[in-house]
Amino acid sequence: MRDVYIARSSAIASRVLAGETMVMHVTDSTFFTLNEVATAIWHAADGVTPLAEIVTRNVCPNFEITPQEAFADAEEFVRELATHGILQVSDHPMLAQAVLNQSSGAGAP
Amino acid sequence: MSLMYEMNNKAFDHGVPLSVHMDVTYRCNERCVHCYLDHDDHGEMTTAEIKGIIDQLAEAGTFFLTFSGGEVFLRRDFLELVAHARKLLFNVKVKTNAVMIREREAQELRRLGVEQIQISVYSHRAEVHDAITKLPGSWARTTRAIRFLKDQGLKVTIANVLMNDNFDDYKGAQALAEELGVSYTLDPTVSPKMDGDHSILSLRVPGTALPTVFHDPSLVGDVAEYCAPPSAPGEDVLNGYPCSAGHTSCYITPYADVFPCVQFPLPSGNLRQQKFLDIWRNSTQLEDVRSIRARDLPTCSGCGHVGTCSRCPGLAFMEGDMRGPSTVDCEKSFYRTGVPSANMRRRGLEVPAPHPMQQLVQIAPALVQGL
Repeated sequence: MRDVYIARSSAIASRVLAGETMVMHVTDSTFFTLNEVATAIWHAADGVTPLAEIVTRNVCPNFEITPQEAFADAEEFVRELATHGILQVSDHPMLAQAVLNQSSGAGAP
Repeated sequence: MSLMYEMNNKAFDHGVPLSVHMDVTYRCNERCVHCYLDHDDHGEMTTAEIKGIIDQLAEAGTFFLTFSGGEVFLRRDFLELVAHARKLLFNVKVKTNAVMIREREAQELRRLGVEQIQISVYSHRAEVHDAITKLPGSWARTTRAIRFLKDQGLKVTIANVLMNDNFDDYKGAQALAEELGVSYTLDPTVSPKMDGDHSILSLRVPGTALPTVFHDPSLVGDVAEYCAPPSAPGEDVLNGYPCSAGHTSCYITPYADVFPCVQFPLPSGNLRQQKFLDIWRNSTQLEDVRSIRARDLPTCSGCGHVGTCSRCPGLAFMEGDMRGPSTVDCEKSFYRTGVPSANMRRRGLEVPAPHPMQQLVQIAPALVQGL
């Protein structure tokens, strides 16, 4: 598996509610809720940790899921959120400023 | 069931204050004839105090944070407060008259990631709007600001308060919103002043004029559905709660007072003396508000409208009893459906002849905020 790096867009609003994470894109108001597994990936999406490492370190030990299933689910999750501009995806580590610049000019300062 | 509805239910079940409305100042550069506020500064919160409260709200689980006033831009630190809230990933909405918004402010609001901006516009005619705001030139400045905000790609809503003075202009204001490419809401509610003065209620449009609005499909959607007579309430309705005030939402004044809602001036604690979660969880006033079920309402529980009425417990409180009827909402229910409310019958209030279209009518509250 090639390395994939993910980072939360700065153009989002987000809050954890009873174990689930609410995420809304502030530009188009697209609204998502993330379950506990997705929440674990979301919080680890720092732009510099490879997705594979996030899955291995933050998902597999904490949830009853095989690494194979976890990788497949994580990739689908990342693909969907990236489509909506909620996650930034890159094949190389991202700096915080770079993520900010990719967020359509709107975002948390 | 929408995802947002599900999350609201979840917040309700867990007692999370999902939405907070915070007035950062009562000072204003307009003097709207219908305004319920005292615009003098009696010691509003400092920048540090507000930031500290925003921190506490994030900890409490608040997601939606609405900044309002007064006029928010009269605080020189306003954008700093927005930046602080956005850093904590709140969904931030701003209510403003927009008079002080120019290109730079519009760019900043965009850069900070404000989700929505609601702007008061009372007419498509400058002279009518300015006569209500009592600020000459306000219509021109406000509508220019809307264009600045739209140029930045921000979501803007024009909020119009329907009164005697602008009743004939509500369609014109709606057309203006369409021309500007923004949303439009219309609210016929004029609230008593916070000091208890009811004199401004004379600005309310007479109930007999409401059917015109309630039967306008461009405002309410499916008129027949919106205005249908109420069906008999089931157990779920009678065991239900009146609204989100005190359950998943609350209001904070510029003086750090916590109320159940901006329209429900029941002092429930002060954030200069207590932590937010202490007030939210332990205030006897909020507990009292939360205890109200539809079946406990002395008059309304026996009213056919109980399941569909927009009864506001805050307006009922200002009328004397938070468990009592809100007469203005009784009138809305009547003029929407043609069916008198239990309160109207009990008090022998005048029940005018039904509007000729009333048998066709029924309202969709989500489309017209506050109706």
